[in-house]
Amino acid sequence: MIEILKDRKKQVFQKGAETGDRGIVCEKASLAGSVSQRACVFCGSRVVLYPIADALHLVHGPVGCAAYTWDIRGSLSSGPELHRLSFSTDLREKEVIFGGEKKLYAALTELIKAYAPKAAFVYATCIIGLIGDDVQAVCKKVQAEQGIPVIPVHSEGFRGTKKDGYKAACEALFRLVVEGGGQPGFPLSINILGDFNLAGETWMIKEYYRQMGIKVVSCITGDGRVDEIRESSRAGLNVVQCSGSMTQLAKMMEETYGLPFKRVSYFGIEDTAEALYSVARHFDDLQVMRKTEELVRSEVNRIYPEVQHYRKALEGKKAAIYVGGSFKAFSLVKALRHLGIQTAIVGSQTGNPEDYEYLKEICDAGTIIVDDTNPLELSRFMMEKDVDLLIGGVKERPIAYKMGAAFCDHNHERKTALAGFEGMLNFCREVYASIMSPVWQFSPARQRRATMEQTFSEEITKAMFST
Amino acid sequence: MIKTETKEEFNLEITSRNFTSTRNACKLCAPLGASIAFRGIEGCIPLIHGSQGCSTYIRRYVISHFKEPIDIASSNFSEQSAIFGGGDNLKTAIDNLRRQYQPAAIGISTTCLSETIGDDVELYIDQYRKSNKDESLPVIIHASTPSYRGTHLEGFQEALRATVETLARGGPHTDRLNLIPGFLSAEDLRHLKEILSDFGIGHTLLPDYSETLDGESWEEYQKLSAGGTTIEAIRAMGRAQATIQFGKSLKGLNTAATFLEGKFGVQSLTLGIPVGIRETDLFFKALKEWSGLEIPQKYQQERGRLVDAYIDGHKYVYGKRAIIYGEADFVAALASWLDEIGIVPALCATGACTGKFKETVLSGLKNCPEEPLICEDTDFADMLDTCRTMGIDMVMGSSKGYFISRKLGVPLVRVGFPIHDRIGGQRILHVGYRGTQQLFDRVVNALIEAGQERSAVGYSYI
Ligand code: SF4
Ligand code: SF4
Repeated sequence: MIEILKDRKKQVFQKGAETGDRGIVCEKASLAGSVSQRACVFCGSRVVLYPIADALHLVHGPVGCAAYTWDIRGSLSSGPELHRLSFSTDLREKEVIFGGEKKLYAALTELIKAYAPKAAFVYATCIIGLIGDDVQAVCKKVQAEQGIPVIPVHSEGFRGTKKDGYKAACEALFRLVVEGGGQPGFPLSINILGDFNLAGETWMIKEYYRQMGIKVVSCITGDGRVDEIRESSRAGLNVVQCSGSMTQLAKMMEETYGLPFKRVSYFGIEDTAEALYSVARHFDDLQVMRKTEELVRSEVNRIYPEVQHYRKALEGKKAAIYVGGSFKAFSLVKALRHLGIQTAIVGSQTGNPEDYEYLKEICDAGTIIVDDTNPLELSRFMMEKDVDLLIGGVKERPIAYKMGAAFCDHNHERKTALAGFEGMLNFCREVYASIMSPVWQFSPARQRRATMEQTFSEEITKAMFST
Repeated sequence: MIKTETKEEFNLEITSRNFTSTRNACKLCAPLGASIAFRGIEGCIPLIHGSQGCSTYIRRYVISHFKEPIDIASSNFSEQSAIFGGGDNLKTAIDNLRRQYQPAAIGISTTCLSETIGDDVELYIDQYRKSNKDESLPVIIHASTPSYRGTHLEGFQEALRATVETLARGGPHTDRLNLIPGFLSAEDLRHLKEILSDFGIGHTLLPDYSETLDGESWEEYQKLSAGGTTIEAIRAMGRAQATIQFGKSLKGLNTAATFLEGKFGVQSLTLGIPVGIRETDLFFKALKEWSGLEIPQKYQQERGRLVDAYIDGHKYVYGKRAIIYGEADFVAALASWLDEIGIVPALCATGACTGKFKETVLSGLKNCPEEPLICEDTDFADMLDTCRTMGIDMVMGSSKGYFISRKLGVPLVRVGFPIHDRIGGQRILHVGYRGTQQLFDRVVNALIEAGQERSAVGYSYI
């Protein structure tokens, strides 16, 4: 039997199975030797800044960090596509020994000349923290010579977790925000924070706001542009999705410019509707409220019959959710409920204590909640809970398939828009298509699970939680 | 016709890189190669010694190609370990892996980070063995793989050498053959085993991820997917009679094969990757001479059919111009094959820096009517800049060249690693007469299809 490592037991919780009200331990570094699904600080920074399409993104370090992140996301741009290229200083032994500043300087200068970006981000990866390159100084020099912002992002992988990378990215973004700070504000205007325009989602959301009569000043960072970010302090409200990554920036803007922020999610019918309503409520404008009501009503009416159709087929199925940020997990639990699907396992890579408390609240009794899980644990839980569907990212997909479970990719690499009302339909279609596929009849794991006694699996669960 | 001996006739200086930075790298980093090699050993779990990100990125990258669960652990460096050394992390990692996976072996590769701080991994392993000496420990293999020194392919070879250095034992020689085929597809490995079995040659293939990275659907979740070269078999490699390794540029390098030769007197033979009739002939000839057995009828027939197909298709391919890229020896193999069917490998590129690339590619060209451009230490952006005016008809290599083919409006024939935008990358067969047959059919059809698409008429009969 797969056992949960002793040092990880506190990061797993089953609602209703335990007496007392212990919190879930989280925000810890991953255990050495556990196959965490997490990445690193650099990953956090890269994910947030990546969609800024007219900026140069230069990864300073050996080639791997840049090679593995080349064009891996579905973030679309309506104009320049500089973000889809992968630039690395590709340090060699010589530079590791004697320092990489010269190479960084040369690389930056050439690239800026060749691609004429509006700004440049320089990501310092693990090794830079060791060899002691003064990235800041090089950036400053190039900035002075080339006349564009050249912003160092301190994202050495070992200096924390993905969350620290979000922080570094927010700091980098804030430098751009400040550049345009102090200009007069726009009425009825917002910034969209924390949507990355995967498969054009930002465009969909922008369109909702347009219909509501609200001006979108900047999207940070979906279909992002440097100049737009510079303008962002002129908006009246920051609307933050993916709050794990972007709340920091919203807070900085609040402190500096008194710009309030709201956390929202655009996944699922309720959350999308609530997001739009909460923005409308904020502005307290009758016109806007009326238009919002109209929009929500017509969109819901449009998609509802089709959602019901899927629900009929999917009612009673069970799902596991394992995603990067916990806010997405909340929305998914609710969205699945719309389809009559119960969440049996839910977890995230980066949730904090409040997030997990909230998850406990919204989940049914028996649901397993995990922080920073690994393939063995996940597969074990999926077996016991006999789930029909896993929602996760590329690294989780083969786990689902080997376990005979359907899969829905809800990560940054997906090429299907899952946000907003239209996104809910896409989500339903994808889940439906995967669950209903006739191929599962041949899956040995599925066949085996069909014959497995339920009580047996319950016993295993019990055994796992007893120390 | 230009002969390869007269290299001067080619105007082949390696193009200087246009940029200091690497733009869209045509290479990956060393622990990736090492981890794949380690997954070709039965019951072996790869452990990357460094911070978490490298291991997660590498997993994601590899999983997207093989579409299999591939667990690669990390010793998960923190700031502390970066300053004081990663010894404790490494030991904890080994402990945790033993508990969770009960592996037969742990394959440790190092990242740039642990290499730069000068972590003495050998010492840590030694200490670990000592403090756990009463327990039965998994085999622990350590490959030193700083990526600033080499690419994923060097990492792959390094892991194999470390493996035989750790495990192979001497003794009376048997009549077995070791085959070290390099970084090929799972289907290639299966085919090579089939060939050796059909010959009746007792053999050890290292590594063998034909099952571990391309397995069946499971009844129950497997901690480490089944398959792989057994530890026992690797031990016995020191007693085999000979080793064949594929990859012309490996000659003279300190590889697993040369180690076995130097230490245990296992005679070694370096061949090109057997793609195409000429290189496959050499492979079969070597097997025949070495074993004294006849080439099984089946393969003679496959060869015959391939020749027949070459003739059927020759007009569609002759004089066409291709870009090929990827690992140095793989590109050399493709170049030699294109050369034998009359396609000009107009641009041959690798991101690696072997210093021998030009020479290796040239040694396989016998018919090429013009001067191909051969670039090492290059990247995809440079390739695109270079080839725009070269009159290219076809791109051949991993899916990372897709944007080149798209920009040029010519087909991409997907081979090698990684294939991220199609399924079945692990099942592409490249080697042997059979693999060549499949490549040939695909290339011809890709060119026919491109012509068909361009045509205003839309013939349905070619
Ligand atoms: S630090 Fe080195 S090992 Fe890690 S991803 Fe970068 S190149 Fe690869
Ligand atoms: S080297 Fe560091 S920054 Fe780069 S991928 Fe590895 S952990 Fe992340």
